[in-house]
Amino acid sequence: MTSMLLPPPGSPLEHYVSEKPFDPKSIDRLSAAQERIYLASQWRLMWWKFKRHRVAVVSGIFLGILYISILFCELLAPYHYQSRHIDHIYSPPQRVHLFHEGQLIGPFVYGQKYSLNMETLKRQYEPDRSVVHPIRFFCRGDPYNFWGIFESDVHLFCPAENGTLFLLGTDRLGRDVLSRIIYGARVSLTIGLIGVAISFMLGLIFGGLAGYYGGIIDLVIQRIIEVLQSLPTIPLWLALAAIMPVTWSPMVVYFAITVILGLIDWTGLARAVRSKLLSLREEDYVLAAQLMGASPVRIIGRHLVPGFMSHLIASATLAIPSMILGETALSFLGLGLRPPITSWGVLLTEAQNINIVALYPWLLTPAIPVILVVLAFNFLGDGLRDAADPYK
Amino acid sequence: MLLYIFRRILIMIPTLLLTSALVFTIMELPPGDYFESYMAELQAQGEGVDKARIEFLKKEYGFDKSPVERYFIWLGGLLQGDLGYSFEYQMPVSELVGSRIFLTVLVSFATILLTWLIAFPIGIYSATHQYSWGDYGLTFLGLMGIAVPNFLLALILMYFANVWFGTSIGHLMAPEYLGQPMSWAKFKSILEHMWIPVIVIGLAGTASMIRKIRANLLDELQKQYTITAKAKGLHPFKALVKYPLRSSLNFFVGGIGGILPEIVSGAEIVAIVLSLETTGPLLIKALQSQDMYLAGSFLMFLALLTVIGVLISDIALAFLDPRIRLQGRSTR
Repeated sequence: MTSMLLPPPGSPLEHYVSEKPFDPKSIDRLSAAQERIYLASQWRLMWWKFKRHRVAVVSGIFLGILYISILFCELLAPYHYQSRHIDHIYSPPQRVHLFHEGQLIGPFVYGQKYSLNMETLKRQYEPDRSVVHPIRFFCRGDPYNFWGIFESDVHLFCPAENGTLFLLGTDRLGRDVLSRIIYGARVSLTIGLIGVAISFMLGLIFGGLAGYYGGIIDLVIQRIIEVLQSLPTIPLWLALAAIMPVTWSPMVVYFAITVILGLIDWTGLARAVRSKLLSLREEDYVLAAQLMGASPVRIIGRHLVPGFMSHLIASATLAIPSMILGETALSFLGLGLRPPITSWGVLLTEAQNINIVALYPWLLTPAIPVILVVLAFNFLGDGLRDAADPYK
Repeated sequence: MLLYIFRRILIMIPTLLLTSALVFTIMELPPGDYFESYMAELQAQGEGVDKARIEFLKKEYGFDKSPVERYFIWLGGLLQGDLGYSFEYQMPVSELVGSRIFLTVLVSFATILLTWLIAFPIGIYSATHQYSWGDYGLTFLGLMGIAVPNFLLALILMYFANVWFGTSIGHLMAPEYLGQPMSWAKFKSILEHMWIPVIVIGLAGTASMIRKIRANLLDELQKQYTITAKAKGLHPFKALVKYPLRSSLNFFVGGIGGILPEIVSGAEIVAIVLSLETTGPLLIKALQSQDMYLAGSFLMFLALLTVIGVLISDIALAFLDPRIRLQGRSTR
């Protein structure tokens, strides 16, 4: 039967050819919306997923604003962080009012009446309702040197002439706590970033070496990591911090502390890099790259690292808060940064004593930015971690 | 299995040797030694220095030898169970640490127990009610536990305990019991004071434990066998506790090893703020005053405990989880 349909032997088979141009996607055509998703790059997908985590986005914006603000703390702080007000030692926070005797004046603070309680020898300050000090904006106050570029004395807001403006009170030398917090952000926020950058680099290098070469290198690096992890962190920090000579300038101490924090923190990251490399090395696409003759450097840099970079960034973000807290703890013990430099940890050393909690609770306020920043980094890190695997 | 344990124990030896070398180097790095600072201090106070005694002590502890020789002397002592001598306290390290270890273990044990008791129910609740208000609230509370510097929390709690309950400030007991032999009244006083450090130290641990339990349990709950179990009508409790919870506990068993050194050292900074009679402040003080045998031997002791702890958790994991046993290595 079938032989009837076949052409005679030797002659070409008859077949049908469509005249229309070929469209490979004619069967399952993607809508425009689908195409946008299916063809999006990995980073774009991650961004979409990250955007859904509202709290993480808000935290990211909050941190962004903070990091921008540390560029301009001279401008933002009402006082210079070292200017002392001997008549206002341990002044409580001054409240900002808007109305004076039913009349709108704009933001202002009342003057302060100072008296010494002869029984307890405690300094007492009371608002003096008769003196009104309106807050000035974009005004001239304490002179400062802006990043060593130019001299200026313009502040975003400052106290009235002959008035005071201690929104968060003053410390034992009569220095404005708010200004010191604003200046302290510069050190506290960057210490985490630099420390994480160091540990990130070390983790990538050592984890990469161990994961890619394996064998004896892997064994040695694994042992080093185990040794570092078997020692408790805080004593290790202390021991390393104790090595620093007292003669070092505060700036050098600052960099040394970041290096110490980074040197101890890299082990976790290196382990992560190693295990990721070990598992990704077995993937088919790596084999394909090898068969096509790609060099190890290209395979690691072009194919392997992008595969887990997002995870690394997420875990690095989660490591920053522990560094900030570490600096706070070290400074609190008196082994971290030293006074001419101001950080939130240095500010909190003032609050070491239980009497402070009882008498001058406003000296605890530097803890608030610490808590906020640590929370924000945790939320941001959570969001990044969720977004790190956009295909899930 | 036996071979696996044997291999693990063999690997411990180079690790501990490396650790001891590192610890000794760190101890040696600060300029000078304890005797130099001790002499300088005496001279600053205008007191006469008994040169002969110092020389004798220096010789006795080998400070006239090179650091390498001293390292081997110290190491040899450690191997024979001799932890060395504390210059600051003028007594053997083992006695000094031993006198504080009871309270340390008491506080740490209570802390760990509290951590587990709080973290497990909350972690399971958070995982089974993912993205509910309860989950968000508890997650936030947990994060707060991480974010608040715990020395600060210790200060504030101590203040309010004093104002509200009249608890005496600092220490693990009322001042009149300090240095007294253990008695019922002293024990009660200790219990009265202990809740502050237990809460403060436990808070951060609880928070991270909750997050780990939540994440691990969530992973298991999404797997198909859980869905199958539920679809086949297994009792919800059984479908949660018997299978997913059990297999999500690998991280927990893996972490048991870390508890061992934690119990002995405790949280140092909180202990300093609260001036607790635990080993933590002792260690920190020794590090600061270059009391090197005390600091070094104690650090080594902690490192040994860590390594043993890791070994225990690896063995426990291998026993519990056939996947790891068959693979022949731990997946942590």
